[in-house]
Amino acid sequence: MFSNIDWNVIIRSLPYLFFDGMRFTIMLTLMATAGGIVIGTLLALARLSNIPGLSHVAGAYVNLIRSMPLVLVIFWFFFLVPYIGQWLTGAERPIQVGAFLSALVTFTLFEAAYFCEIMRAGIQSIPRGQVQAAQALGMPYWTAMAEIILPQAFRNMVPVLLTQTIILFQDTSLVYVISVTDFLGAASKVAQRDGRLVEMYLFAAIVYFLISLAASYGVRRLQHRIAIIR
Amino acid sequence: MSYNWNWGIFFQLSPDGTYTYAQLLLFGAGWTLATALLAWAIALSIGTVVGVMRTSPVPWLVRLGNAYVELFRNIPLLVQMFLWYFVLPEIMPQAIGDWLKQSANASFYNAVICLGLYTSARVAEQVKAGILSLRSGQRMAGLAMGLTLPQTYRYVLLPMAFRIILPPLSSEFLNIIKNSSVALTIGLIELTAAARSMSEFSFQVFEAFTGATLIYIVINIVVVSGMRWLERRVAVPGFISMGQPAAAH
Repeated sequence: MFSNIDWNVIIRSLPYLFFDGMRFTIMLTLMATAGGIVIGTLLALARLSNIPGLSHVAGAYVNLIRSMPLVLVIFWFFFLVPYIGQWLTGAERPIQVGAFLSALVTFTLFEAAYFCEIMRAGIQSIPRGQVQAAQALGMPYWTAMAEIILPQAFRNMVPVLLTQTIILFQDTSLVYVISVTDFLGAASKVAQRDGRLVEMYLFAAIVYFLISLAASYGVRRLQHRIAIIR
Repeated sequence: MSYNWNWGIFFQLSPDGTYTYAQLLLFGAGWTLATALLAWAIALSIGTVVGVMRTSPVPWLVRLGNAYVELFRNIPLLVQMFLWYFVLPEIMPQAIGDWLKQSANASFYNAVICLGLYTSARVAEQVKAGILSLRSGQRMAGLAMGLTLPQTYRYVLLPMAFRIILPPLSSEFLNIIKNSSVALTIGLIELTAAARSMSEFSFQVFEAFTGATLIYIVINIVVVSGMRWLERRVAVPGFISMGQPAAAH
């Protein structure tokens, strides 16, 4: 059973796990969340717009992404991003991009589809009368959105957005499939190098558990506070 | 673009010499569905029990149910896969551990159990929400009629709760199909893994992933329309089901 467990392997690899691995995971989570919310909000506006082509294209993108497993999307972008880079820069050959950039593009565009649905619900939770009142006052569309609708929609959806961010934090572990050294990747490398699978995977599970639990507890508290203010 | 498209690749023989690449993808889809369906059976049964526990009047049952849900929701699915596949056989007594490691289709059974328990926590969350969305008068009326508490759940609360949570449950079912792809990390050749190996053998990366994507879309459409049919089928006149499922994946 636990007789030949060596917990020292964790202590020895702590700097590698956290400075290399966890930093990658946190950076990826925060940047993909920020990018995902921006693109997701634009997608939500596109889906709700009256321009027929635009709303269909945005809807098709969101439904396509949402019907695919994240692992498959990671593979798609892992091979696609070099070609996108080539197309954008007009280079002669597909451009080699780093693991972080590839993962960032993947998670931003993948999460954008989910953030789009959240923001769409948020925008739709604002009474239509507010849009009409803004129009009646002669406010241009973008001003009405930026000054009136989006701040409220965003505020209504903050708990859901944060919960989605916790899910994203857990999902970043899937970059393992393209051999990127995130927190789990780092743990897995040490585990395989030293033959310490039990220790490293248990430790990784505990760290993910504690961070996610603390974060979801924080979201719940925030939810209560917002509820009381209204 | 310097990529050579070759859509005929699907009808060429794969390196195993017996099946075409298209057939390999379909076998992968078969494993995906088998994993998802078996895991769903686990998720639904355990999820219902845990969800009921969390709404019961017994405090320690509520705490136990809450702890269960927190445990399975706060560890990434991939890490849970590794715990079941790599860690569990090591911390079991030697004989059981060896048996676990050597059994045929070990990655399939591991994937089913892991995915089933992981999803059961999410189902429990929905079941709890469904029961709590019912008016408390329903429980009281059931008890006042002389039904026992289990009978009240069986005949009054759960039938209505399940109808209410049918939309979020169907999105959990779609999630379990998509999440089964995580099992490729422990060696299960499901749809995504089949597309991955096709891309490695044939070098036709984008055709392989397009094929897998199309199969996932078809599965999605079939499940969504099946669930819509089920919703209409079991609807109780005079009640409308609640809003859209929350975003999750």
